[in-house]
Amino acid sequence: MDNAIKNIIGRDISLSTLFEENRQTIEDSSSKVLNNLREQALEAFLKLGIPSNKVENYKYTNLQPYFSGDFSFSLNAPDFTGRMEDIFSCDVETLDSFTIFIVNGWYYSNNGSALLPEGVRVGSLAALAKEDPSFVEKYYGKNAPWLSDGLVALNTMFARDGFYIHIPKGVVVEKPIQVVNILLSEEPLMTNQRNLIVLEENSEARVLVCDHTLSSDRFVVNNVTEGFVAPNARLDYYNLQNQHNATTQVAGLYVDQKENSYVKTNNLTLHTGVGRNNIVLKLLGKHAEGHAYGLYLLDKNQHVDNFSFIDHAVPECFSDELFKGVLDDHATAAFTGKIMVRPDAQKTNAYQTNNNLLLTRDAKINSRPQLEIYADDVKCSHGATVGQLDEEAMFYLRSRGINKDEATILLMYAFAYEVIEKIKMDPLREQIRSLVEKRFRGELDKCHSCVVCGQKGTGNTSCL
Amino acid sequence: MLSIKNLHAKIDDKEILRGVDLKVKPGEIHAIMGPNGSGKSTLASVLAGHEMFEVSEGEVLFNGKDILEMAPEDRAREGLFLSFQYPVEIPGVSMVNFLRTSLNEIRKYKGQEPISASDFLKLMREKKKLVDIDSKLTHRSVNEGFSGGEKKKNEIFQMVMLDPKLAILDETDSGLDIDALRIVANGVNNWKRPDNATILITHYQRLLEYIVPDYVHVLYRGRIVKTGGKELAQELEAKGYDWIKKEFEEQV
Ligand SMILES: Nc1ncnc2c1ncn2[C@@H]1O[C@H](COP(=O)(O)OP(=O)(O)OP(=O)(O)O)[C@@H](O)[C@H]1O
Ligand SMILES: [Mg+2]
Repeated sequence: MDNAIKNIIGRDISLSTLFEENRQTIEDSSSKVLNNLREQALEAFLKLGIPSNKVENYKYTNLQPYFSGDFSFSLNAPDFTGRMEDIFSCDVETLDSFTIFIVNGWYYSNNGSALLPEGVRVGSLAALAKEDPSFVEKYYGKNAPWLSDGLVALNTMFARDGFYIHIPKGVVVEKPIQVVNILLSEEPLMTNQRNLIVLEENSEARVLVCDHTLSSDRFVVNNVTEGFVAPNARLDYYNLQNQHNATTQVAGLYVDQKENSYVKTNNLTLHTGVGRNNIVLKLLGKHAEGHAYGLYLLDKNQHVDNFSFIDHAVPECFSDELFKGVLDDHATAAFTGKIMVRPDAQKTNAYQTNNNLLLTRDAKINSRPQLEIYADDVKCSHGATVGQLDEEAMFYLRSRGINKDEATILLMYAFAYEVIEKIKMDPLREQIRSLVEKRFRGELDKCHSCVVCGQKGTGNTSCL
Repeated sequence: MLSIKNLHAKIDDKEILRGVDLKVKPGEIHAIMGPNGSGKSTLASVLAGHEMFEVSEGEVLFNGKDILEMAPEDRAREGLFLSFQYPVEIPGVSMVNFLRTSLNEIRKYKGQEPISASDFLKLMREKKKLVDIDSKLTHRSVNEGFSGGEKKKNEIFQMVMLDPKLAILDETDSGLDIDALRIVANGVNNWKRPDNATILITHYQRLLEYIVPDYVHVLYRGRIVKTGGKELAQELEAKGYDWIKKEFEEQV
């Protein structure tokens, strides 16, 4: 990371000034497609700033304190001298997938080009923006709210790289495409990663994004992923978050869905510091189906805020949401389920559930359904629950010789199970299942290895 | 095996057990009958260690050990088993995982190695036949969506899997059809050995035709007010509880 510009460390400088100081460097090495939006993004950011809890959509999480203070800034690609294999030894057999790495928001240059079906492209967004600018231009900034959300504006100002996935017409990619996001730094670091997922008509893909920290420094992560799912296409998107307590991550996923498309997102927060997930599915074509699921398992002072927005823009679409959380110690969480049914969107079906299990009196959850329905022929339901462990079930288990701790783990797992069950890929479900169990047992490694494929980290860093 | 002396228990300051005395020896089958609300399930729960009830007086020795201070799981590991009147549904906990965990916890307590996966499956297969429980049920979550009768059968299945020393069966017969009743009774009779014992809580003489008790007790207002042989059950079936209540009132 020799090239990382350590501008913020020890200096009192605003993010917008930082941008202006480095604008030349950023623009010189970026493609025009990405540069085109920077000026307007800056103007928007100057107006919006980092959202505090006074911003309606960020009511339950004031991000301002987390985005200030000393950290370095990943303005250029980290240049690794060693090989990835020296840092990771991936046992891909555990999960048969096509795997790529992103390091501090940058596409890792030595990612192999594994055997993907013909026409499928997976790679660096920065490189694509140079090689195929007209393709990127069609999608870049087309659905993420970079003029109205301060964080997306910030990302768009600084955006340099990230991954892209392009599945052409009619191609079905059976193997999951796994993106391993690695954070590795010797000092506090902020990243602004930008990703693009494009599925053309009748195509199908499963994408698994694993976020994890490989060193113990403080990280501030501001990711934006734009997705475009064409008619009859199908995207399964899983985001597994396993980061240490000194991480602040904002992960925005903004997806446009055309007719008969099917999108399923699953945000699995196994461990983090402060997390905010923005999940936005726009149902823009008839019979589009959007499923948004999530599981958050928190303890100590962790905080996760899931914000979902399902936009029923046209008639006869279907959406289903299920978010479940287990909160221990002083953990706090928030869930907002915004559903918009626009005036024309007759025969909409929209369902939403948020269930929470609080293990202590100090754990807190804010759950807020936000339904805006402007059509009359609509089936809509929402429900939120907050509960404790079922004492009768606890006694039943204990009366069979199972001790209190073990019974608690069984019941927490049972609670989480409904979300895990939504994972239709068998090997992945099994992986997640055992990870969740490990998490409840306190055996999850947050630092040294990739929990999905068992990669080993450097081992010379210590983690929280 | 079990010795209960002057057991008092209350919930929210309401005394429900008011001095229960009962002795059960190895090899014996005891039936406890009594009107609704007399405290039968409470007695079972207190013995199993439900923390909702507060024991205010008395002593319970199980194989010589004072169990009142023990956690419910330790009582189970000592060999006490309760078949619940209302078994709890636990969605998301698979029967297999539940039973294996349970069995291994009990084995660990006894200083035994965990059972191997293949031995466990063999044991399941064998015991499933004993109580004629459908494989579909054991592949589901604990009691989830089981019918009333299936839940009861599942309790007996757990009993034979865990092989306790003392089984307390709380109205295991209610909700069972005639065939299921026979199967459950056979399960209990086959399980019976000179070194284990059973307490049957029931309202019906019919179960006692299949599982013949050595003693029949009547629990009324939190106390055992009458004890007899199996003919006492027949008498109750014929005459109801009024005469017992009257006897009790006269005593008081
Ligand atoms: N959790 C509770 N809270 C308050 N009262 C309770 C509770 N559990 C039991 N009781 C009361 O204790 C008394 C005894 O109840 P218990 O369930 O032991 O009766 P039972 O003899 O098993 O009756 P049945 O034949 O109907 O099963 C009843 O009056 C009941 O209402
Ligand atoms: Mg009862």
